[in-house]
Amino acid sequence: MAAALAMRGVTKRYATGTLANEAVDFDVRPGEIHALLGENGAGKSTLMNILYGLVAPDSGEIAIDGLPVTIADPADAIARGIGMVHQHFMLVPVLTVAENVMLGREIVGPAQIVDRTEGGRRVRALAERLGFDLRPDARIEQLSVGQQQRVEILKAVYRGARILVLDEPTAVLTPQETSEIFAVLRRLAGEGAAIVFISHKLDEVQAVADRITVIRRGRVVGERRPGQTTTSELAELMVGRTVSLRVDRGRSRAGDARLEIRALRVADGRGHEAVRSVDLVVRSGEILGIAGVAGNGQEQLVEAIVGLRRATSGTMRIDGRDVTKGSIRQRRDRGLAYVPADRQRAGLVLSFPVYDNLVLTRYDHAPFARGFGRILRDRSAIQASARRLIERFDVRTSSAAVDAGTLSGGNQQKLIVAREFRADLRLLVLDQPTRGLDVGSIEFIHRQVVAQRDEGAAILLVSAELDEVLQLSDRVAVMYRGRIVGTFAAADAGRDRVGRLMATGSAT
Amino acid sequence: MEGILHVLRLLVELGGYLITVVPGLLPIVLALATPLALGALCGVVNERSGVVNIGIEGIMLLAAFFGYLTGFALHDPIGSAAALVAGIAVAVATGMLAGTVHAWLTISVRADQIIAGTMLNIAAFGITGYLNRLVISPSGRGGAGVVPPFHAPDQIAALPLLGPIASMLLDQGPIAMSVIVIVVLLQFALFRTRWGLRTRAVGEHPKAADTVGIDVLRTRFVNVVAGCGLAGLAGAFLTLESTGSFQNGMTGGRGFIALAAMIFGRWTPIGAFGGALLFGAATALGVIVNVRPPDGELGDVMRTIPSFWYAALPYLATIVILAGVVGRATPPAADGIPYQKEGRLPASF
Amino acid sequence: MTLARRTLDGWRLVAVPALSILLALALAAAVIVVSSAFTPGGLDVLLPVRAYSSLAAGAFGSPTAIGNTLVGAAPLVLGGLSVALAFKAGLFNIGVAGQFLAGAFAAAVMGAWAAAAFAPLAVAAALIAGAVAGGVIGFIPGFLKARTGAHEVVTTIMLNNAAALLLTWAVTDLVRAPGFSFPRTGDIGNAALPVLAGRNLHLGILLALIAVPAVAWMLDRTTIGFEIRSVGANPVAARYSGMRPVLVTALTMTLAGVLGGMAGAIQMLGVIGFYAPGITASVGFDSIAVALVGRSDPVGVVLAAVLFGAFRAGAPLMQIETSVPVEVIDIIQALVILFLAADVLVRRVFRIRRARGGLGEPETVTRSWSSPEVATAAAEPR
Repeated sequence: MAAALAMRGVTKRYATGTLANEAVDFDVRPGEIHALLGENGAGKSTLMNILYGLVAPDSGEIAIDGLPVTIADPADAIARGIGMVHQHFMLVPVLTVAENVMLGREIVGPAQIVDRTEGGRRVRALAERLGFDLRPDARIEQLSVGQQQRVEILKAVYRGARILVLDEPTAVLTPQETSEIFAVLRRLAGEGAAIVFISHKLDEVQAVADRITVIRRGRVVGERRPGQTTTSELAELMVGRTVSLRVDRGRSRAGDARLEIRALRVADGRGHEAVRSVDLVVRSGEILGIAGVAGNGQEQLVEAIVGLRRATSGTMRIDGRDVTKGSIRQRRDRGLAYVPADRQRAGLVLSFPVYDNLVLTRYDHAPFARGFGRILRDRSAIQASARRLIERFDVRTSSAAVDAGTLSGGNQQKLIVAREFRADLRLLVLDQPTRGLDVGSIEFIHRQVVAQRDEGAAILLVSAELDEVLQLSDRVAVMYRGRIVGTFAAADAGRDRVGRLMATGSAT
Repeated sequence: MEGILHVLRLLVELGGYLITVVPGLLPIVLALATPLALGALCGVVNERSGVVNIGIEGIMLLAAFFGYLTGFALHDPIGSAAALVAGIAVAVATGMLAGTVHAWLTISVRADQIIAGTMLNIAAFGITGYLNRLVISPSGRGGAGVVPPFHAPDQIAALPLLGPIASMLLDQGPIAMSVIVIVVLLQFALFRTRWGLRTRAVGEHPKAADTVGIDVLRTRFVNVVAGCGLAGLAGAFLTLESTGSFQNGMTGGRGFIALAAMIFGRWTPIGAFGGALLFGAATALGVIVNVRPPDGELGDVMRTIPSFWYAALPYLATIVILAGVVGRATPPAADGIPYQKEGRLPASF
Repeated sequence: MTLARRTLDGWRLVAVPALSILLALALAAAVIVVSSAFTPGGLDVLLPVRAYSSLAAGAFGSPTAIGNTLVGAAPLVLGGLSVALAFKAGLFNIGVAGQFLAGAFAAAVMGAWAAAAFAPLAVAAALIAGAVAGGVIGFIPGFLKARTGAHEVVTTIMLNNAAALLLTWAVTDLVRAPGFSFPRTGDIGNAALPVLAGRNLHLGILLALIAVPAVAWMLDRTTIGFEIRSVGANPVAARYSGMRPVLVTALTMTLAGVLGGMAGAIQMLGVIGFYAPGITASVGFDSIAVALVGRSDPVGVVLAAVLFGAFRAGAPLMQIETSVPVEVIDIIQALVILFLAADVLVRRVFRIRRARGGLGEPETVTRSWSSPEVATAAAEPR
């Protein structure tokens, strides 16, 4: 049978010189789920963006049903029957489900007035066919992440997609939602759709795919069938060397309570209560991981702890001292350090040199500032410190004077880690510390986190990657709709048990 | 205690005074609100698609001038009425042309949107001042006059309650009258038509619109150019319907007050119109206090407030409203952010 | 770094402003030619040549002309620094006009009050009054932006309009000096800035030149300057790092206002001499052009200020000799800004690459109306 989609010799080099794809061959047949496996930055998204007309390739060809085609923009791709579910959803939050599904292919009456009744009817019919429980007139911003993903699938099917590409679709889902989405994909494949499943998660591609193509540094390095390979073989293909999939860490020696949170309530930006009476204790020498689907209040909890957001009620203590009303700076002066989720937006000033970024949170402390009121910056002290940190944290940069924006994602994150993991650290808050990083950087950062724990720091880890929370934490707390619905010792925190709590808030 | 009572009595008197003068004032309020409303609608159409336009002031000024210049030049050859119609057409075209410059700068070249708007404001001041001194001032003659206003039939104007509102709408020239129609049409178009849906999508999440095949840049371009046509109409109102003459810098900050009205109205046409009426009323107050001050102590108090303060009132009100509203009003999510397709720039890793 | 490299980088830095100015002059020349067709003189292809040579003569043709250029440049240096400083914090200060008027008014009132005092004291008091008044006018939009998110572009322009009206009221009703046929403040006597050289080269020029390294030093070497630059480059990261964008925004606009007020004060004490209704401040928009052409770089600001000072000094002679309206300067200014804003285009046409490392490139100014990062700061514990 002819491939529904065949890509041959696709090469793309970005203006920065990065070779994102090199002579990549990839195809998918009708009724097949073909996984594209590779780590972050391997070139998976670039390949699919080329397919969808978002990125122009330097060379190579694309054939659909055996016929060569050129895809200049997404409109072309849609016309050829290609549908894509992007990792970051392409949904307009203020519009309704039906409006998002129809957008670009609206059903209009006279004078181009959008026919809401007919549109709603069609969207409802389509949702029922796929087994989705979605109200056409619900606004996207009111939906859970899992529901939003279904809207994305609905969008593609509404446009008559026969080739469906899903970019890291499970990154934001609970284990239960993941198996549900797998069932949907199998049903679509059963109806004859060709499905490309992009992931860096080894178990998932083994579970859902009919065929697995592994891509590393922009090149295809192997093709396997799930039954005829092992997780460790796939891992080695993906990373290019043997990797240990387990975080190597000894037992925790938990000491005094460093962070104590009592009955904390926090409102989000729109005034809705996002954190509803949370009690938490993090002790020195332990890592407390918070598991939960994104949007269940973790973000607001972290913001309240570091002082970015005011608590509506409740108390927070660091080392027994009340900091509920303290500013970010006061908390930092008490030994709080913080690695924010969005490194480029919140963690760094990309247009500043590396050395300035390394003192961004300490710029007005000795020895970086001196003189009356610490008003004068000591540039030689700043640069000397930068040289030491670059060396110690293995930040790959040509010098401390280049702009932070020129560094790779992994090195940018190392820069933040180098700045925050300082010697007098007492409480460390990590929000998505390894999101989007390659395996080497992830391993490095995990080792540093464990080392900080062993030196006695209290660590609060928030991550959307359930595996990361389970591997790294000494204790796991599950957050659901603003509450902590369960806390376990690492040994008792089974994946299924935690997953069920994340999805429903109850263990049964 | 007595002091408080005294102030209260003055406030009650003020209320009574406003109730007596406001009905007669309504036509003036709408006339004063017209350029603000049209400017605010220009802002709504631009910003709903994601382009900030602070050059509305300058676009109004350019349109006011070239509309006037057309009437001035054509008055003798083709007569006053035809010259005025041509002037209004030229003013709208001028607005759209200036809008094309803004669209080109902000969308095609991805120039800084605030700086592009500032450039338009300075350019408008320079071009109109230059040509005014060169062409109009030396001639010593006037323009084509103003479009004559309509009048509400006396039977209708005399109706209780409805009468003043009817006169407000009907005792107007054609541009002021058309504003209400434009507001309603735009409100409907923005929330019910394909154009409106796509415009909002592009202003909220351009990449999402792009991935379903909507041409983001073209949508924005069309909206900026069309919206600036409305600012052009505002300019035409100033010289061809309201004053009948041109003075340098005659827009006097109306383009910026219009932006405040837009924000006050939370980027909806009807809301923006409401904001414009509010500013129109603030300006009208300064006018009426001089013409027909209230009697008694209230009159004394209101007369003590120097006229400069009344004149400054719309500007101060703009600041207060911006400070009070903007923090709570949410602009379109992609407002002011240039859109760039992926792959044209190095992707970030 | 080799010398050749350094020169190349230097060229890349000044190339776009220099070419923008040349392009603007060329395009304005076209405007002059075309518009001449509508004058009694008829189409005159050589008019731009005569106009520009009159302009040059008026700006540099004699020691007096050069003096006028420098005197005109002095408030532009301060105004340009004001706009440039705000740019560094990600703020667009279009309020120099209002700050200038407030500074001029306060200096005039204080100068008149201290007219008979010991000269250095009178001058200092009047200058400080001007700086404080400008600072207050600058603080208002800064504070509002910081606390409520009200965009400074609209609030500063509204303040320009309101300040002009309210100062006219003040000089008419509050501080009108007796014995004059029109409302004005009294003579400034000893508060007048001493003339250092020539006919009118007053002390203010020196003050403006001292302000340049002072601002550069503050931005470069102090923790406050670091905060300003951080908030300008990435307000979110600045806030996450424990800086206070709210404070920094208010402080920066206040400092920008101080510079704008100083511009008004030296113009008042060195040139105008008394405050009367109708004083206009072309310094406002000129300062924006100066900051943009000077790429927000202190040395660049000085050069750009001299250029625009020359335009303003030479324009009257041009209008007298060739009947080309002085407003052509505004057109040139807008065109320069146009080409700088569209610098991608200018670079493409002339094949100029960016200087390495983005050194000295202007930072983008704008975000949208309410900057969430500033607005949400209100939710922060304090």
